[in-house]
Formats: sequence, structure tokens, C-alpha cells
Amino acid sequence: MATIETGRVVSPLRASMLVVEGHWTWYKRNWKATAVSSVGLPILYLLAMGLGFGSQVRPSAMTGGLTYLQYLTPALIAMAATQTGAGEATFPVLSGFKWDKHFIGVSATPITPVQVADAQFLWITFRLVISCGVFLAVAAAIGAVTSPMVLLSLVFGILTGLAFAAPVVAFAASVKGEGNAFNPFFRFVLVPMTLFAGTFFPVSSLPAVIRPIAWITPLWHGTELARAAEFGTLRPWPAIGHLAYLLALIVVGIGLSRWRFRVRLAS
Amino acid sequence: MSNNDALVSASHLAKKFGDFTAVGGIDVDVRRGEAFGFLGPNGAGKSSTMRMIACVSPRTGGDLRVLGMDPDRQGPRIRARIGVVPQGDILDGELTVRQNLEVYGRYFGLPRAHVRAKATELLEFAQLTEKADAEVEALSGGMKRRLTIARSLVNDPELLLLDEPTTGLDPQARHLLWERLFRLKQRGATLIITTHYMDEAEQLCDRLVVMDHGLIVAEGAPNELIRNYSTREVLELRFPPAEHDGQQNTAEHPPTDQLKDLADRIEILPDRVLLYTEDGEAALNAAHDRDIRPVSSLVRRSSLEDVFLRLTGRSLVD
Repeated sequence: MATIETGRVVSPLRASMLVVEGHWTWYKRNWKATAVSSVGLPILYLLAMGLGFGSQVRPSAMTGGLTYLQYLTPALIAMAATQTGAGEATFPVLSGFKWDKHFIGVSATPITPVQVADAQFLWITFRLVISCGVFLAVAAAIGAVTSPMVLLSLVFGILTGLAFAAPVVAFAASVKGEGNAFNPFFRFVLVPMTLFAGTFFPVSSLPAVIRPIAWITPLWHGTELARAAEFGTLRPWPAIGHLAYLLALIVVGIGLSRWRFRVRLAS
Repeated sequence: MSNNDALVSASHLAKKFGDFTAVGGIDVDVRRGEAFGFLGPNGAGKSSTMRMIACVSPRTGGDLRVLGMDPDRQGPRIRARIGVVPQGDILDGELTVRQNLEVYGRYFGLPRAHVRAKATELLEFAQLTEKADAEVEALSGGMKRRLTIARSLVNDPELLLLDEPTTGLDPQARHLLWERLFRLKQRGATLIITTHYMDEAEQLCDRLVVMDHGLIVAEGAPNELIRNYSTREVLELRFPPAEHDGQQNTAEHPPTDQLKDLADRIEILPDRVLLYTEDGEAALNAAHDRDIRPVSSLVRRSSLEDVFLRLTGRSLVD
């Protein structure tokens, strides 16, 4: 028989890590189901656009003299991150409150709502590392990578995914219904951003009136950083600006999420 | 009001949601080792009270101490030492039965090896050992409930909160569950139970409060409450549905004054009349002597249901 041992309060970071450990237990059983959308989809883009469509694109000033496949790869890391981020920030979050009620279960333990929210971000970061990392490995295997500096692109990509996911987590934690609110988000935010935020062609080729819309997306800033990192064209001031924008979204998004988790779990 | 031996001590405890008052200021003391019940219909404020005691819902008025601490300031420390069985099962459906126990135990900051041993012990207790590696989604309702209770024990809680522990279970599953809760009680656990089943309250609770509209309307041991608020026996008389008014199924009661003096008190329900008396058989014979012919009659002991009816004028389960 096991000994008697009551629970204890651990440090905030450790508390969040215990929640991540719970996610990990789930992930070990179910990772295959998540791989299709978070890794499979970007690889399809890489093959269809990079290899297929790219075979029709001649290296030019736009691609920095590189093949279209190589031009695309760092940008697709950032795009893959926003896809995974969006996936992890929407239905899994709502489900934690509403369907499997995972968050409500955890909030009966010493772990606080803020720690539950933080755990969600640690988990999303972990998922971004996995999906972007696997994507990069595949890209490297088919010769789509030009420089080891692409590892810095990977870091920027993960930051992009977090910057996009952070406000969305706060939004998902506020959704009351069955998650129908996510449909317009996917249709009118995620998909247009994927297509027009500079991944496949420069934003400068968009009509001038539309460009500002691309500029406010985290994906554009992330794409600029990821490309510049791999291709060695990183310049300090633009880089600081892009980074500051992504970090600001992360900080504000996490703050809002903590607040929404507190409201929803302790009322 | 509060005494040092109380695991839970509330005074004028209140919970408001906007303009709505869920709990309107209640005084409660739960002592170590007792099984304490909140009995009342849906919406009486039982669950809101439980959530405040569980330190997941801050109070909006009054004072509350759980294990001697203030939930507002020491919620995590209190939660570390209590167990909660929520109204609906909150389980990780895509994990195995064993994983549910182990993962949950880790949330309490317990070491892995300890959690593993504890899970084995709790599987045994919940009679789920054979299901240890089954996915939770596939379990029956009764098994899920037992797993939820097992999970709430993973931190060896000093106080266990059970919110409607057997609602929605079939009789067999309920009895199995009651038997397990009895065992916990015998081991000296302190239980707080909410229920709208009077049989559950009578079976499990040493002491209980009856709640209605967010307030406590009576307090005591089950038999004490029955003694104070009801008679020893109840005669139930059923009458045929009224023929003269075609709109409703109300029974055609004989004139109340014909029955009134047969009992200490009578209650007229839509489908039957309850006569509260020390001797039900005698009252039934007396009714027959007066040529009162019910469709059916039943003499039974008074229950908490009768206490509730007396106190609130309504029955528990609508």
C-alpha cells in the first residue's frame, strides 16, 4: 500500500510544467493525429509550391538569385508555425473549458488558473518546436536549405507562431458557444494571412492600399526575419522592429489569456 | 460561531452573481471525521457553496475558513489537501484509467513513484484494476464515477467534497458507490456531500443542513430532523383523477376537513394526500370507517422528503 502523502504547492513554473507533463502523456498516445495538419500541410505547400510551381519560376532579384524552393523554405517555417499555433490556440483551449473540461479539472488542484494559462503557452511552444523542426528536417533533406543560419529562422518561426497564437488563446478562452466563432477566424484571418503576408511573393507586389493589412500580421514580420536570417541579409534596425512587434503580441496575448483564464476558472 | 475543531467554518457566507443571489448568507461548521450533507432541490445554492469551499469560486460576502485557512488568500494550499468530486465527471477521456490517476496525482506535486503506487492502490479501491489500461472513454457511467472518486483521493485528502455523487447512476451503481463512500467514512475521512436524494442523505450523512433559495432552513442529524419536523409515520392516500375538471390530472380529494382530524397535519399533493400521524394504520382504519375510498394507500416511516416538504412546501425532486 502506498504511503499517505497530501498534496503540496510547488513553484509557478514547476506547476505549469506539471500541466505540460499531462499534455505530454496525452501527446505520446495521440501525436499521429496531430502530425497531419501541423507537419503534413506545410510539407504539402513545400512540395506543391516549392518544387511544383517553383519549377516554373526562374531565380531572379526577387528570390535573391535562389531557386523558388529555397526562397520559400524559411518563410514556410514561419507559416507552419502560425498554422500549428492557430490549431493549438483554438479548439483545444475551448475544449479545456467546455468539452473535456481539462482546465476545470486542473483548477481543483493546487495549480492556479494563471499557471494553467502559462502551461498552455509552454505546450504551444513545445508543439511549435516539434512541427517546425520536423518541417525543417524534411526541407533540408530535399535540398531546400542554403545555410545553417536557417536555425535562426527556426527560432524566428517559433516566435511568429507564439505571437499569432497568444491573442487567439485569449479569444478562445472567451468563446462561449460551440466554437463556431473560430470559422470566420480561420476563413478571414488565417487563410488570407497565409496567402498574402509575404510567404509566396513579396508584399511589395500587392496593391498599395492592401499592404498595411499584411504589415499588421505577425506572419509578415516573422517571414521578413526568417528569410533575412537564412539568407544573411539581417539588418539591425528592421530586425529589432520586427522582433519588438512579435514580442509585444506575445506579451499582450499572454497577459490577456491569463486574465481570461482567471475569469473563466474562478468565478 | 467557528470552533477550532472545524475543518470548514462559514459565517454569513454569501455568493452573488450580478443581481442573482445563489447563497444568501449561511452559517456552517463541519467537524473532523463527520459526513456532512447539503440537502436541497436544484438551484438551492448547494453547488455554489461547494465551489466556495473547494476554493475555486471566491465568496462575495461573509467569512469562510477551510482547514483553518482563508480560501481567498491560501487557495492553492487548501486545494493541495482536499479532494473534489465535481457534479459531472471531468476525466481525460483519451487517457487510460491508470494514466488519469497518475497525471492528476502529479498536479498535486507528488513524486512519480508515489503516484504510481497510489494509482495501483486506488484502482483496487475503485474496483477498476482490470480496467487499468482501458481508455476512459469506453467506461460505463458507474465506472467513470468511481474513477472520479478514486482520482479525488490521489492526494490523501483530509476533506473530500462530493457534489451530487450518484446523480444519473442506476441503482446498482449507486449502491456500489455508497458502499465505497462508507468505507472512506470508516477510515476517518471527512466528507461533505450535496444531494437532492433524501435516501442518499439518510444513508451517508451524520449531520446535514436543508437548503432552499440559498438559505439554510434546518440543520441536524437525519433522524433528529425527521423527529423535529415530521411525525413517526405517514399515511399516503391516492385518489382517482378528478372527473369534473377535464383540464388537469388533479386528484379528486375528499373534503379536507374529513381527513384533517385523522392526522396531526396533512399535505395535499397533486396526486395524493399525505397524513402525518404517529400511527398510520389507525388513521387508515379511521378513514375507511368514514367511507373514504382511495385508489391505493401506503403507510410508511417519515423521511427527509417529508421534512423538506414541511419546511419549504415543495418536494425535493420536481
